[in-house]
Amino acid sequence: MARLVVLGGGVSGHTAATFAAEWLGSAHEVVVVTPNAKWNWIPSNIWVGVGQMTKEEVTFDLAPVYAKAGIIYHQAKALGIHPEGNETSDKPYVVVESTEAGKAGQIENIEYDYLINATGPKLNFAATPGLGDANGLGEFTVSVCTADHAVHANEELHKCIEKMKKGERQKFLIGTGHGMCTCQGAAFEYIFNIEHELNKAGVRDMADIKWISNESFLGDFGVGGLHMKAMGFAVSSKIFAESLFAERNVDWIIGAHVNKVEKGKVHYELLDGSMGEEEFDFSMLIPPFAGVGLKAINKAGEDITATIFAPNGFMKVDANYAAGAYENWKASDWPSTYQNPTYGNVFACGIAFAPPHPISKPMSSPNGTPINPTPPRTGMPSGIMGKAVAHSVCDRILKGPDAPLHEASMAHMGAACVASAGKGLFTGTAAAMTIYPVVPDFEKYPGTGRDTEYTFGEIGLAGHWIKHILHHLFIWKAKLKPGWTLIPE
Amino acid sequence: MSKYGEKNIRAYGNNFTTMTPGPVAKWLRTCLIFQAIRFVIINIKMLVVVSKSH
Repeated sequence: MARLVVLGGGVSGHTAATFAAEWLGSAHEVVVVTPNAKWNWIPSNIWVGVGQMTKEEVTFDLAPVYAKAGIIYHQAKALGIHPEGNETSDKPYVVVESTEAGKAGQIENIEYDYLINATGPKLNFAATPGLGDANGLGEFTVSVCTADHAVHANEELHKCIEKMKKGERQKFLIGTGHGMCTCQGAAFEYIFNIEHELNKAGVRDMADIKWISNESFLGDFGVGGLHMKAMGFAVSSKIFAESLFAERNVDWIIGAHVNKVEKGKVHYELLDGSMGEEEFDFSMLIPPFAGVGLKAINKAGEDITATIFAPNGFMKVDANYAAGAYENWKASDWPSTYQNPTYGNVFACGIAFAPPHPISKPMSSPNGTPINPTPPRTGMPSGIMGKAVAHSVCDRILKGPDAPLHEASMAHMGAACVASAGKGLFTGTAAAMTIYPVVPDFEKYPGTGRDTEYTFGEIGLAGHWIKHILHHLFIWKAKLKPGWTLIPE
Repeated sequence: MSKYGEKNIRAYGNNFTTMTPGPVAKWLRTCLIFQAIRFVIINIKMLVVVSKSH
């Protein structure tokens, strides 16, 4: 009997664990280690953050789902990996610390034959002074990164709406809270949901709404922007995004590294090296991501963290980390199997793998401050790579250690994205977009780097209906309800 | 309605060089018949992208 241990129960980890359990059956063990008791459909946190959904609608308990799937579930956070075992045993293991009520703090070793690291990110609020505490519930700003954060954001939003109803003008500042953030798309969706809610509440004319982000141009989205087919043109996402902002009377600051947050004020540095301040009454700023801080120890007890992990804490995989300057970047730099180069039975997928470099062109201010989006690897790509890695591990368990690995490079993978504005079936509109491939391949698609037959975007109710369907479909799938394996990632 | 988005443009401001939707584009966004057709088309396009990605 072989044992697969999956660290993390988010989109990538949950996909990997559930498919592995399905394919391996009861002859082998699948173990999931995740500090969370609940699974969260994160894209719908946006609607929680404006009071259009409850926390209960976007989360569910993991324990009964894993019990149904035959998965052994540890509510715990991983602390370290011992890929060579220790002095007394050659069996690799992970060290975990329980987060379960009544057992919190208890340390346990869990042996594995194969390990999938899908921990997701640490929300690195500490990177920007004043952005938030360790739980992300900052004193000055809010976040929508977790369902609890989104509930808090909604409470603060409605305080502002009440003030506006009493005649007090309010300033809203939404975007990224550091020069090296990713997930601009989430903030993008949130700002338009806020604008929609303020319209609904009849107080839009009392609000000044502004976007602040580390993108060098609006519509970069961490993927270096994209060109999409529209009206017979290949239109830049810059035009697409600017049009949305102009239409809704939302101003923007771009190329900004937020370096300090105080009560009602952010301080930032721009790509041209100038410094600025922006006041706010309500601010949702996405924090930068970092690895969760796993340590790696070899058989002799020596720290080999730097061998397995990149300096940002994400796990090294089969990527080209020596690509160098932007001019040298190629689509083939991106990993395809997500296998750790040092330990063949260890994989990393989702946000947990270390990307070879950003997708957007790296930039910095004259002061040397890097200000560019880091690459997104959430949502659809995260699920696809989780499934591919699970497939690889299952093949190696069932067919032998030399079974070929499955591939899921972000340079050969597309993504579908729907950014809502409102929730009503007949009143909300959404921007529906697809991008193919996620990582541009300028050799295969000269000029834009992408196939414009499959890279498109449009605004309307249709996208909005798709957003609703995706919400219910993916929660259905994650709960392993009938037919879940037929629903694509 | 025809000036729906244009009124927000500020000369030589951030948004001076972008485009804004006219009344037809705006109406089509919530036209149920048009959106029902787009719904089918967008779903097909997304399914093609999904299938190319696996």
